[in-house]
Amino acid sequence: MNFERIKEKLNILADAAKYDVSCASSGSSRTNTNKGLGNSTGMGICHSYTEDGRCVSLLKILLTNHCIFDCAYCVSRRTNDIKRAAFKVQEVVDLTINFYRRNYIEGLFLSSGIFKDPDHTMERLIRVAKKLREEENFNGYIHLKSIPGCSDELMYEAGLYADRLSINIEIPTVSGLKLLAPEKDHKDFIQPMNKVKNEIIRYNNERKIIKNTPKYAPAGQSTQMIVGATGESDKDVMYSATYYYKKYSMKRVYYSGYVPVLEDNRLPAIGSQVPMLRENRLYQTDWLLRFYGFAVNEILNDDYPNLDMDIDPKLSWALRNMHLFPVDINNADKRLLARIPGLGMKSVHKIIHARKFRKLNWEHLKKIGVALNRAKYFMVCDSREWERKDREPSKIKGLILQNSASKFRNQISNQLSLFN
Amino acid sequence: MMNQTTLIYDGSFNGFLTCVFQAFDEKLKLVAIQKNKQVQNELFSESTTVFTNIEQAKRVWTGIRNKSFNAISTIYFAYLSENEGVEMMLYTYIKKLMAKRGTQVDFSDETILYIHQLAKKVGREKHRVEAFVRFQLTKDQIYFANIEPDFDVLPLISKHFKNRYADQQWLIYDAKRNYGIFYNLDGVEIVSLDIKELHYNRTQQSNVFTSGEYAYQELWNNYFKSTNIKSRINRKLHTQHVPKRYWKYLSEKKEAV
Ligand code: SF4
Repeated sequence: MNFERIKEKLNILADAAKYDVSCASSGSSRTNTNKGLGNSTGMGICHSYTEDGRCVSLLKILLTNHCIFDCAYCVSRRTNDIKRAAFKVQEVVDLTINFYRRNYIEGLFLSSGIFKDPDHTMERLIRVAKKLREEENFNGYIHLKSIPGCSDELMYEAGLYADRLSINIEIPTVSGLKLLAPEKDHKDFIQPMNKVKNEIIRYNNERKIIKNTPKYAPAGQSTQMIVGATGESDKDVMYSATYYYKKYSMKRVYYSGYVPVLEDNRLPAIGSQVPMLRENRLYQTDWLLRFYGFAVNEILNDDYPNLDMDIDPKLSWALRNMHLFPVDINNADKRLLARIPGLGMKSVHKIIHARKFRKLNWEHLKKIGVALNRAKYFMVCDSREWERKDREPSKIKGLILQNSASKFRNQISNQLSLFN
Repeated sequence: MMNQTTLIYDGSFNGFLTCVFQAFDEKLKLVAIQKNKQVQNELFSESTTVFTNIEQAKRVWTGIRNKSFNAISTIYFAYLSENEGVEMMLYTYIKKLMAKRGTQVDFSDETILYIHQLAKKVGREKHRVEAFVRFQLTKDQIYFANIEPDFDVLPLISKHFKNRYADQQWLIYDAKRNYGIFYNLDGVEIVSLDIKELHYNRTQQSNVFTSGEYAYQELWNNYFKSTNIKSRINRKLHTQHVPKRYWKYLSEKKEAV
């Protein structure tokens, strides 16, 4: 192995891959049965964290950053003057195996620029995955990027070796896509997504009858949207996310604040701030939809097309719906408890268990770990004291903001001025 | 009035369970359960040395399991914290559990909550170690890693590594507690080594390891660097996820140590 050459390629091709934020390695079901290498069951592991605090669990690289397309938001676009490189199939296999054996990673996340044509590119990605599974007996996690416009046959084959498949929508609105990636067709994204969804359904059905049906993408599929590149509203983003969750049974939708990488008058200028706070609020909303029983139109609608930046979306929703509060935490059902600001699902479960033994008061709640500075305005418990005065939403908001330190404080003041 | 008793045991988990058995069986009024290495004399109490009895330990174990399956692992995890006085807290916990089914989820009870949270802490350390172990390949083809965990987590991580690295020999050594677990391609055994030199991921190279080893470390460090997005840097969040005490074992962090 020519070490210096590999190092150079790795630098180029990891650098180009880092804007894809997905790093999940959980939810697969590949057990190590035949004394092979690796195991990917249950929870994923973050083996390290980047200096901006993101999880590092997969070797995330491009097979090549050569590309025949020219999408405005992408560093690898054809017209961008950058160093190009390409890995050989065996080189990717060796890197993956050697990193995995040292416990650096959970597996591989392989994507690619499109060289020649979509099928050619996809076929090469599949070859890496196949080699890892069949020659190296590798049971670690493999995430393959589906190449827009590739054939159904290849998508079928990809799912036989990959744990997860993903294809990034990138631009949440069709009009935005036309503007920034005019050579790409919306249906080139949809077709592979549809194929994967159908294959997963087929697999789940067949498995009920034939136990050893070959696995198909056991960790499902995901997608990513760039936010802050085309002036889309939070409502646009979350409504399309909801659509993809439902229509294509997505496991996850990722939101990636646009990082300006090139000068282009269709896009925010280089040096504009990455909308990290907004990204964070979108993830919070995503959680409320997936785990807290909220419907998207409760949080975002024509009257409220954008999320509040200074408070989290649950609090914001609660302040608009004060008639539902206070909730009695000793009686209320799980659904209602989950809607109290400051109460996470873990606390909800603890409360439900603990209140079987005695009525809970503030002291109990504090010990359990409830964020009372937010929650106390929205609940009553086994105590005479509760916040009955200051029931005005604006007052409550003021009090809560006074007493909380946000990790985004600086950004809030900065970005608020941007949003106003 | 019954005499107050201090039980002294050999420091093993089975030894501890034997203490619990005898305390229940003889209806002792316990003031302390202590490891024989760290005996302190309690005033006004008699101390008795307990010899580990696997039969009795097993009976306590199944007794607890019949009450609650979750409580079993909570107890074991909390025990491995090695916190001072954890044995008495656990004894109280077990008494409560035996008195009433379902008590292990009464989080409004202080002992229950304390043990629960302690077990959570040990669980977190287990996960961190599973994540932050960095193997280095020795010339005799053993993937070797040093750790110094806050809690005694080797017994908890063994299964994870055995399932994952079934086709390579590996050795994880707890330098703080001076023992390690070695997987010899068949099973895992407990070893104790005479290590003069701890093999952190130093910038200085050791001839114990293969030359390819350092090449891969460098590739990994490079990879780690190129995953950064400069305009997003957030060091505080970074150290929150990767506490500094782990850095000396992480090759990607060796320049920072
Ligand atoms: S096709 Fe993919 S790699 Fe090529 S320019 Fe567009 S986004 Fe970038």
